[in-house]
Amino acid sequence: MAAKADEQAAERDDVDEIELGLLLEGVYRRYGFDFREYAPASLRRRVWRRAHAEGVSTISALQDRLLHDPACMERLLLDLSINVTAMFRDPTFYVAVREKVVPLLRTYPFTRIWVAGCSTGEEVYSLAILLLEEGVYERARIYATDINESVLDRARAGVFPLDKMREYTQNYIKAGGQRAFSEYYLAKYDGAQFQRSLVENVVFAQHNLVSDRSFNEFNVIVCRNVMIYFDRALQDRVHRLFYDSLAMFGVLALGAKESIRFSPFEDRYEDLDANERLYKKVS
Amino acid sequence: MYELICVGASWGGLDAVGRLLADLPIQVDQPVVVAQHRHSTSAPTGLADLLRLRVKRPVQDVEDKMPIERGHVYIAPPDYHLLVERGSFALSVDERVQYARPSIDVLFESASYAYGRGVIGIILTGANEDGAAGLAAVKRRGGVALVQDPHGAERRTMPDAAIAATAADAVLPLEEIGRFLYGLCLEREVS
Ligand SMILES: C[S@@+](CC[C@H](N)C(=O)[O-])C[C@H]1O[C@@H](n2cnc3c(N)ncnc32)[C@H](O)[C@@H]1O
Repeated sequence: MAAKADEQAAERDDVDEIELGLLLEGVYRRYGFDFREYAPASLRRRVWRRAHAEGVSTISALQDRLLHDPACMERLLLDLSINVTAMFRDPTFYVAVREKVVPLLRTYPFTRIWVAGCSTGEEVYSLAILLLEEGVYERARIYATDINESVLDRARAGVFPLDKMREYTQNYIKAGGQRAFSEYYLAKYDGAQFQRSLVENVVFAQHNLVSDRSFNEFNVIVCRNVMIYFDRALQDRVHRLFYDSLAMFGVLALGAKESIRFSPFEDRYEDLDANERLYKKVS
Repeated sequence: MYELICVGASWGGLDAVGRLLADLPIQVDQPVVVAQHRHSTSAPTGLADLLRLRVKRPVQDVEDKMPIERGHVYIAPPDYHLLVERGSFALSVDERVQYARPSIDVLFESASYAYGRGVIGIILTGANEDGAAGLAAVKRRGGVALVQDPHGAERRTMPDAAIAATAADAVLPLEEIGRFLYGLCLEREVS
């Protein structure tokens, strides 16, 4: 009896996998959104969540609705878009940037920095603050990109939740911040409005890592907690894109639990700080 | 036969997980994956370091896309969800599930999807209900569901919830789980 139930469960999972593949293919062909090479485990959770919210009991039924109802696609897009971020997330990372990347930047007359998958901008404002305090912001330009237009609008606005400021202040101090964090924002009724001057040298633009090409040559590329959502094949392609977009001796910065180690470009980089996932392009 | 052992723990888990793994006979060489709730500001390698002192097998904090190897112990990093694909791990920073990241439910559900009846799920001490739905998913796909006996657990909410959510294959005092796993993983192989 029990064994029979297992077999049925296994069969359902096999069907489920087929359905998920078909749904992603359908979404791509109908709307052009390409999630076909996103990491399946997390994607499956999200898609099922949408299925339950829509009151359907199979992924095929969800696909049917998606293909015929653009509003349903909008809802799925929201489910699939994971924009969780924070200012000075992983403070030790910012310490390492101060100590190991900034000295490199000082040797250049001008630096171009690409923050790929910047979400609502917290990371960009953090970086700008750091560069400003180190006296290298003037000579830098930050290109901050994301696939999602609506998070970019919020990044441009630079208003972040007031109730986060305590946590961010803590992070800022641990990250080696040199001033009072509150100097950088104005507390308003709808949130903390960060100084416009912080984004004076920032260009926010839409860019899709799956399909868009390189658009410049950079001294630093920061891409944290974005590629974890991609499968190995897509990660490898994005690593190629970054490798091609980095100047020689440029720095690649990944998320705290991402590593160049499982990528084919491992040998092209040297550890600048292995713990903080800072890698320097050397060949 | 069994391909993956998943352990979920919360309040009191630091000690319980250590004892479970210290007792686990070395012949049980299935990879062990641990999701232990921690405060997001806790030291990033804290748990792995603690376990290394007590456990003879290699203990690693999981990195994205890390391959799953026999005989190793893997720890979900703080502030990430840990998901299992076939043969490797994936991480995500999706919002907390039932206030938890890592979420035990997310780990167990993805593991049961990837390995079906090859999964052994174990719920230990904890003061919330995370893991109950995950253990039920393991069981539904033919895996083995084990729960620490709530009487001896430092906090019994989590084991109680797991027992309520699914028909556990065994409810055991902490110190008997290692031996039970030995029986499960080795004796069945012989027969
Ligand atoms: C979890 S957030 C990471 C934010 C920030 N980098 C951090 O570490 O705090 C992931 C971001 O990647 C973006 N993203 C996902 N797929 C993308 C793609 N194909 N191209 C560009 N950005 C993408 C999402 O829109 C989201 O804003």
